[in-house]
Amino acid sequence: MWKGKVRLVKDMDREIAAAVGALLDTQRVGVLGTHGAGSPHCSLVGFSFEPGLERLYFATTRATRKFANLSETGRVALLVDNRTNREEDLHEASALTAVGPVRETTGEERERAAAVHLARHPSLRDFVGSPTTAILVLEVERYFLVRRFQEVMVLEIAP
Amino acid sequence: MNVLLAFESLAEADRPRVGGKAWSLSRLAREGFSVPLGAVVPVDAYEAYVGPTGLRERILLELNRKPFESMRWEEMWDAALRIRNLFLKTPMPENLYGELCEAVRRTFGDRPVAVRSSAPGEDSAGASFAGLHESFLNVRGAASVAEHVRLVWASLWSDGALLYRQELKLDVGKSAMAVVIQELAEGERSGVAFSKSPADSGVSLVEAVWGLNQGLVDGTVQPDRWVLERSTGRLREHLPVERLYEIRTAPEGTRRVDLGTEKRELPPLADGEVGPVWEMSMEAERCFGCPQDVEWTFSKGRLFALQSRPVTAGAEGEAGSRAWNLSLRRSFENLKVLGERIRGTLVPALLKEAGDLSRTSVGELGDGLLAEVLRDREEAFLRWSRVYWDEFIPFAHGARLFGQVYNDRVKPEDPFRFIDLLRPPRMVGTDRNARLEGASDRLGGNPALKSETKAFLEGKGEAAGVEAFLEDVSADLGADTDLVLSGTDRRRALAGFLLEMASRPKAARPVEEGREALERAFLDGFEGEERAFAGELLDLARASYRLRDEDNIYLGRVERLRTEALDEAARRLGKRLGVNLEGLETAEACRALEDPSYRPVPAAPEKKEGALPAGPPVSVRARQLVGQPAGPGLARGVARVVRSREDLLGFKSGEILVCDAIDPNMTFVVPLCSGIVERRGGMLIHGAIIAREYGLPCVTGVPDATGLIRSGDNLTVDGYLGIVVIHGQG
Repeated sequence: MWKGKVRLVKDMDREIAAAVGALLDTQRVGVLGTHGAGSPHCSLVGFSFEPGLERLYFATTRATRKFANLSETGRVALLVDNRTNREEDLHEASALTAVGPVRETTGEERERAAAVHLARHPSLRDFVGSPTTAILVLEVERYFLVRRFQEVMVLEIAP
Repeated sequence: MNVLLAFESLAEADRPRVGGKAWSLSRLAREGFSVPLGAVVPVDAYEAYVGPTGLRERILLELNRKPFESMRWEEMWDAALRIRNLFLKTPMPENLYGELCEAVRRTFGDRPVAVRSSAPGEDSAGASFAGLHESFLNVRGAASVAEHVRLVWASLWSDGALLYRQELKLDVGKSAMAVVIQELAEGERSGVAFSKSPADSGVSLVEAVWGLNQGLVDGTVQPDRWVLERSTGRLREHLPVERLYEIRTAPEGTRRVDLGTEKRELPPLADGEVGPVWEMSMEAERCFGCPQDVEWTFSKGRLFALQSRPVTAGAEGEAGSRAWNLSLRRSFENLKVLGERIRGTLVPALLKEAGDLSRTSVGELGDGLLAEVLRDREEAFLRWSRVYWDEFIPFAHGARLFGQVYNDRVKPEDPFRFIDLLRPPRMVGTDRNARLEGASDRLGGNPALKSETKAFLEGKGEAAGVEAFLEDVSADLGADTDLVLSGTDRRRALAGFLLEMASRPKAARPVEEGREALERAFLDGFEGEERAFAGELLDLARASYRLRDEDNIYLGRVERLRTEALDEAARRLGKRLGVNLEGLETAEACRALEDPSYRPVPAAPEKKEGALPAGPPVSVRARQLVGQPAGPGLARGVARVVRSREDLLGFKSGEILVCDAIDPNMTFVVPLCSGIVERRGGMLIHGAIIAREYGLPCVTGVPDATGLIRSGDNLTVDGYLGIVVIHGQG
């Protein structure tokens, strides 16, 4: 469960932070948005996160377009949502976009990230263990939470 | 799918898909009660309509704009009107329509029928939706029946039904509706019978009216009442009423008819007829195993059961919240009487009292007299506030009622198109603003006066010309001078405001386009007697719409007089005690004025819920907020969050007014605004009305608007979709 460092000012903040945490908790896969060579690019990735909401992890092999892109720009967006591919999604679904700088983890940080990531995605053991796979950390600056079709709230993560 | 199930074919397993009314009618028919021939359109047909047409999701989108439990009743009204229009504009899928028409033709031919709601869970022991969903009598022909089935479906989402579901915390996502179609038993006398009175378990009640039951059920016609001993059926008491009208069938639908002398004098039931009605209710109780509330009618001498449902606590006298929900659905007749009372008696009395109270100049009174005057003004304000809630607000339903009739008849794309028909050529609020605009034009057109005013505001130069000008403006504004700004620095504030107004670009006010054509198109949809009714309804709706502007302003006058006396008391007491007594309440002030040894305690400052602290950015901010589209158009500008009168003083031309709820003290800045955002929701609330008068984009019903938006934020106000985008500061 998430808990943490997010600065909570009042009930609404708590409610929004809880909604963000709940979405991250219930979803396993998100859409990674990168940009490179003059073109935007989207990829499905399994993600995991630290309880404080400030760090999201995902893994990719280094030969991928997404890796080339994020290496070039150093920034990504990750969309996590709970749509169910039914008409009801229009009023029921929530979507969360996390944005911020991204970098590959190394050393102890990689070990920590791998442990968190594998706890959430045990089936990725071989993939994560491969020397060709990079584990990346998205240091979230802010989350955009969209609910009720059009309502957008922004959760700023204190640096 | 079988779209029409005959009563006699229903099995226990059908109960959840045919609703309580259909189920109990089929049961009564099986048990040998006289029940008019009938059948039910099951919930499956409703699903086959709202699913494939996309209506279900559109309804849920409409109701999920904000948490359902936090929607105000006016927002429910608006949502209900939008949803009803969706039903009116969305035809049934062809196969469903074809099957339904065919089944109706086969079962009922061309005979007149009643089309009535039968929502599952509607009439259970814990809930009674009686009167909240719609029924239609005297409908003929398959096409018309199918059309009315759609209207009954729509009434699942009526304002009253939505409010009631909100109250009972029922899940709107699961709401569905079955519809009963029954041969019309054209009763000469009708009524209801309670096998056990909700108020007194020892007695039964029988109520009866001349004509059809509809008048009794919707409250238009008062019934005679008989009280019987429950154990024996012995008649205890007959309570007659003044009998004036009955409801009869018209060529299509029903109409109210004046009773002739003979019927006025005769009770609808002879003494010997009360017994059989009572027996029928007791028989129904035996059949269902609990006390029943049975609707009945005598048609051609034969007694029919029209409906039977469990007696609920609120069944008699419509106690509780459903009663209030129902009170918002006043009938035309009821509204007409209310309107006459408001225009003929209440508003003149309110104005006279405000005038009388204003004749006392509070600054000149001794402390004891000031306390007396303050008490009087407080009492008057509270009394008129009650009138406002009890009489003025319900009268607002006149505009809604008209909206519904207009939409049913004209089926416009925009369900709020009817508002254009209601806008009066003049309104008190806009009249006042026009006088202010006139004054600012004079200032703008007189460079010498303008520079003198600037100097006056900077505390320099000769002020005689400015003072004379301001004196003149105040005289012109009359009773509403204080509406603009009150307090000691009123003249400076007024001068500053007029100067700001004089510098604004001239806004083009919306032109009253095509109002007459709209009116003609509406009235031409009716013929004969109905046309007269439509005209009367339009007049009523116009009065209702207009009052939504005026009542605020008139009540505001009394409130200001109270505030003026209270401010004077706080000023004096504060000076005497050497403390700031802002927020002092009337009772405390009076006590301290009358007892010099008493130290008054000012009220704790109101907790501003949701207000974000100023200063460094906080962790959550809003980027895009959703409300209701209450005035079409798109505005971009800087937010001015108004929480108190002081916030209005520096209002700059082109800013967007963001407030909790517009009150008459604020509307003078509207000509300067480029858009309006309001926490309180509704299409017919004061803020929305005034925004429409000035052609301003307006979004209402934005939760926590004044907390989430800060003065200085750049905003986009999308008045088409009801969205406010907050771009941040700078």
